[in-house]
Amino acid sequence: MRAIGGGGCNRVLLSILFAVSFSVLSAAPVFSDLVISKLDRRVDLTSQNVRSFTALKVENTGVDSVSEILLPFPDHQAKNLAFFIATIVEEKGKSKTYSNSLPINVVNPEGMPPSLIWYSVSLPKELGKGERLSLEIRAVFTHTLRPFPEKITQADIQLVVFQDSAYYLSPYTVKAQSLTVKLPEPKVESYTKLENTKLSGSEIKYGPYENLSPFSYTPIVVHFVSNGPFAVAKELVREIEISHWGNVQITEHYSIIHAGAQSVGEFSRLDYQARPHLRGASAVSHLTAKLPPRAHSVYYRDEIGNISTSNLWSDSTKTLLEIEPRYPMFGGWKTSFTIGYGLPLHDFLFQSEGRRFLNISFGSPINELVIDNLTVKVVLPEGSKDITVSIPFPVKQWQELKFSHLDMVGRPVVVLEKTNVAPEHNQYFQVHYRFSNLSLFQEPLMLISGFFFFFIACIIYMHADLTISKTSASYVAKLQWDEVQTAIQQFQSIMNRCLAIHDKLEASLRDLSRTGDAQACKAARKAADSSLKELSRELKPLLAFLQSSPQAAQILHKVDELVVKEKELQEKLMLKHTTVVDAFEKKSGGRDTESRVATIQQKITALRQEVDDLLEVIDEI
Amino acid sequence: MAATATAAARMEKASDLIPIFSTKAWKLKTKQQELLIRVSILLLVYILAFMTRLFSVLRYESMIHEFDPYFNYRTTLFLTEKGFYEFWNWFDSESWYPLGRIIGGTLYPGLMVTAAIIYWTLRFLRFAVHIREVCVLTAPFFASNTTLVAYFFGKELWDSGAGLVAAALIAICPGYISRSVAGSYDNEGVAIFALLLTFYLFVKAVNTGSLAWALASAFGYFYMVSAWGGYVFIINLIPLYVMVLLVTGRYSMRLYVAYNCMYILGMLLAMQIRFVGFQHVQSGEHMAAMGVFFLMQVFYFLDWVKHQLNDPKLFHAFLRITVSSAVGLGAIALGVGTASGYISPWTGRFYSLLDPTYAKDHIPIIASVSEHQPTAWSSFMFDFHILLILFPAGLYFCFKRLSDATIFIVMYGLTSMYFAGVMVRLILVATPAVCLISAIAVSATIKNLTQLVRAKPKTSHSGSGKGTTGTKTSSKGSFDQSLPFQRNGAIALLLGAFYLLSRYAIHCTWVTSEAYSSPSIVLAARGAHGNRVIFDDYREAYFWLRQNTPPDAKVMSWWDYGYQITAMGNRTVIVDNNTWNNTHIATVGRAMSSYEDEAYEIMKSLDVDYVLVVFGGVTGYSSDDINKFLWMVRIGGGVFPVIKEPDYLVNGEYRVDKGAAPKMLNCLMYKLSYYRFGELTTEYGRPPGYDRARGVEIGNKDIKLEYLEEAFTTSNWIVRIYKVKPPNNRW
Repeated sequence: MRAIGGGGCNRVLLSILFAVSFSVLSAAPVFSDLVISKLDRRVDLTSQNVRSFTALKVENTGVDSVSEILLPFPDHQAKNLAFFIATIVEEKGKSKTYSNSLPINVVNPEGMPPSLIWYSVSLPKELGKGERLSLEIRAVFTHTLRPFPEKITQADIQLVVFQDSAYYLSPYTVKAQSLTVKLPEPKVESYTKLENTKLSGSEIKYGPYENLSPFSYTPIVVHFVSNGPFAVAKELVREIEISHWGNVQITEHYSIIHAGAQSVGEFSRLDYQARPHLRGASAVSHLTAKLPPRAHSVYYRDEIGNISTSNLWSDSTKTLLEIEPRYPMFGGWKTSFTIGYGLPLHDFLFQSEGRRFLNISFGSPINELVIDNLTVKVVLPEGSKDITVSIPFPVKQWQELKFSHLDMVGRPVVVLEKTNVAPEHNQYFQVHYRFSNLSLFQEPLMLISGFFFFFIACIIYMHADLTISKTSASYVAKLQWDEVQTAIQQFQSIMNRCLAIHDKLEASLRDLSRTGDAQACKAARKAADSSLKELSRELKPLLAFLQSSPQAAQILHKVDELVVKEKELQEKLMLKHTTVVDAFEKKSGGRDTESRVATIQQKITALRQEVDDLLEVIDEI
Repeated sequence: MAATATAAARMEKASDLIPIFSTKAWKLKTKQQELLIRVSILLLVYILAFMTRLFSVLRYESMIHEFDPYFNYRTTLFLTEKGFYEFWNWFDSESWYPLGRIIGGTLYPGLMVTAAIIYWTLRFLRFAVHIREVCVLTAPFFASNTTLVAYFFGKELWDSGAGLVAAALIAICPGYISRSVAGSYDNEGVAIFALLLTFYLFVKAVNTGSLAWALASAFGYFYMVSAWGGYVFIINLIPLYVMVLLVTGRYSMRLYVAYNCMYILGMLLAMQIRFVGFQHVQSGEHMAAMGVFFLMQVFYFLDWVKHQLNDPKLFHAFLRITVSSAVGLGAIALGVGTASGYISPWTGRFYSLLDPTYAKDHIPIIASVSEHQPTAWSSFMFDFHILLILFPAGLYFCFKRLSDATIFIVMYGLTSMYFAGVMVRLILVATPAVCLISAIAVSATIKNLTQLVRAKPKTSHSGSGKGTTGTKTSSKGSFDQSLPFQRNGAIALLLGAFYLLSRYAIHCTWVTSEAYSSPSIVLAARGAHGNRVIFDDYREAYFWLRQNTPPDAKVMSWWDYGYQITAMGNRTVIVDNNTWNNTHIATVGRAMSSYEDEAYEIMKSLDVDYVLVVFGGVTGYSSDDINKFLWMVRIGGGVFPVIKEPDYLVNGEYRVDKGAAPKMLNCLMYKLSYYRFGELTTEYGRPPGYDRARGVEIGNKDIKLEYLEEAFTTSNWIVRIYKVKPPNNRW
């Protein structure tokens, strides 16, 4: 179970490395008359991010008032310093009030060794003679815990090394100080023992130490078990796309590596499945992302498709997304994936002074993730102008264009880039821009007009005559055929009207039997007669045309037949009509009339049938 | 109710004019009504054909299915990223290591170019789609287009009714859906469209004798050649059809124009595809078309001579001389061409189509593919359902109304049915013909029946319109000379047809949803509580390869997984699904079936870094490498006689348990599949090392690997990856 090396040899190595560089410092000059009267430092090693909280009380014992406080870090720490703020604490009774974070600049005091990086905290008001001040400093370091041994097998537990100084590195005299190191588990391989060192449970306490001169430095090394996830995003691109139709779409492309101890040798699925806590304790099996409330349409996929191992819970304050990579990630293993979700626009987009601003968080929603390179792209709607960004920490920023659905000029994209991002950077930032509501309708209108022009083009095409040779035989024949067809259609409509008149006549007969109004019935007959005559007049030119046209030859006989049959039908109907009306007027009504009517009716029915059949035949041509 | 009625009545009075006006304005002529109905039915069928293929997207996700589509997807991606010329000249070093493959010269680019054009068009229209979505939806889109072609084809063959029925049948026919669901991004997806289009245009050209249609069919043929190797079917069926027309005395100028134009232009166009090249003039499979082409010229010449010579005796003498000399010349040319090697002989695939037992004896690599197996009756029933019964009925109707067009469809139907019987995958080619012929049967039957149903009410209506007496009805009875109960019989038959067709629709939907919509790369099963369990092991493994192996790592696996590894894992493979080099595949087969130390030598010589095997023993997934192993042995043994199939069998039986052959228990494939499996309990109440796929306890539980180490195993053990260890230090 023990790792390859051992605590002892490690400690020796480290002490040599770091103690050498700082022994030089002890001779450096005293900076000012500031004195730190009390200093409490807590270093939290429970995750891969090393968080240090330092509470210090500063007193100006000199004559001149002081406007800035210098805080140096050794450069190996400074290069991993991801997040750093200082606030003034004012204690009134039991309650503490915190000021806004103070402005911090990197300065370069002369005569100092280059292995120190200096940060200067500017105080809001100068610290006069004899005045006191309480400061709280929070710093987050990434990539500070080094796995040791660097290569382990699946069965080994992961051990990491943490190095720091037992004394707070300061250019000022520190009257009293202490250091507490908090470990994830009460399993310590080894740690530097100085005076006043106490290990209790998962906490190591150094101090209190009193009256230490400026630049006091005593390296300490803690070698301990840490199986927490060492997930580091080498690259994270967050794309925040605003749609004024009511959605903020966030797409995050992660490429993650397990930055803990390298896994060597076999990976046995059997061991991992049977004893996941022993064989694969340091593997990253899942990641949890805390998304804003009302997140919807969440997806989790990678280059080759959807990843089905994820869970989602939501309540009114948050949406929890637990994702499992496709495989458990052992040390040095990589994966990449994309998560995406939609958020309601009104939660994040606001208006002020005629401008709109997006207020959304900067970092990744995944817990305890270190991001080496974070790129945040805010895609604004097409037509946004006058874009400014306000963000609480320095980032590199520029603008791009993105072409998405139906874009003509492209959407303006604000790109923000930051390296070495800790979870503490998950702060809100604002993008202000102007956008007119009318631009919202640009794309729908474009679609509508696109379809409109498409249909117009279709109509024009249907009506246009694209024949090249207007004299070719087939073209002429086609034209003639078209004419014949229209003539036949007209003919059909006339025939149908005739039939409709026939129906009217029949109806008038039925009316007669109901109302007994013979006059009305006669009038109906007269009207029908005249309109039928008119129709037959209309029919003449059509028939003449059809007879003259060679194209109509094959249906001409049908047409003629139809005309004859219809005439016959007309006559029979008229005959029936007169017979019935006469009989009604004479009140004869006898068996004789009825039988006569019946015979006529029989013929009418037969004729009607034939006419209908003929019409159908013509219709099919 | 009463209140509303009166209100309505009042309304009617108030706006008396408007309804009259509107009904007159909206009353459509019968023609227009028919057109409207036809267009809307076609539109619905078009949409239906697309929708029914989306089951897989709804059940799983928008993803590429199976094996070959991954290659097509990868090449399409390359085409859209690098452009056409790069694609055309692409030498792929990621497959067939160390040989590589000239992709541009060894593939049918039609599918990729089609997808890329669709993609570029959408991009041009400012739709920011991903190429994957285009690829996934290409097959359904072309299936929809196929329904349109089927409609026009049916219209050309029979009437528009048959066209509509054909469109509806082909839209949901499982035989076609099996290759065209969303995600099945394979050549067949567009090829069936191209095939049917070419046939339709050719039949149209034969019917009209128009050069324009013949030209169009040549372009259709070009598209088909660019899309799928199945074009050989066209270039053999059409000459056969022409021959049949010649023999039956249906030779006409229309046929002459259509065939010559289509053949010459089609051939020239097809030569532009690099993979096909000069095969049209050099390969035995294409010689029939050329022979028929020359025969057509002889026929035309004879026709002319006959026209010039009025003496029939003289003509007969001339005919004899010409025909015998032409046939002799053709035979000599063919003989000389074949002997000199200018004309290549038929390929094995072609032989295996003509002789179903050929592949089994001579080319194990063709026989090993499951879709090359002879078709079982059940799969005919599964894929065609009632069409299987309607097909002969349609043939009957076709023979009853014989024309140039119906002769074509009969020939297409009969030949493709034969091929469908030879190979499972060729059911696909038969499907359009079966649908069209069945559509003719359905349409003709229903038309006859509805005529009967509609004819009767007219007479009875006019009879009963007046208050009738007995004499009248009796006179009516003599009017139509129909059989008794004809109308009722017709109605019953109509209902029966409706029932059958609705059963067909239900069957098709069920088959599509249950059988043909699985991507096969993600497996789904029912869990103990009825919930759906997803086995995503393939992608887990491929993604692991992609992320956690060196970019130049070479992966050895059986060829089935080659395309997937290159496309999803982005790593170099030794062999893949483009089985162009049998020896290379045999080498891999030999490595898999050798002892570990021998295999190590082979793997070293191939620079193999990782070995990937698929294993279903934990999940009961039966299409794994152990079940495919005998094919590896056969293919390996076909080239390297050291590998002998009987060594792996016990009394001709293939076993993996204690009774297995010793060579089997110690070959590389066995070791890699079952490494440490003996310690795992897979099923409650069974001993450890119980193989669920084969239902036995494995025979060798103590497997030690000397030259390889387990690098990764997926969560359900389906894919296991081993790393080949570097050689030991000498000292």
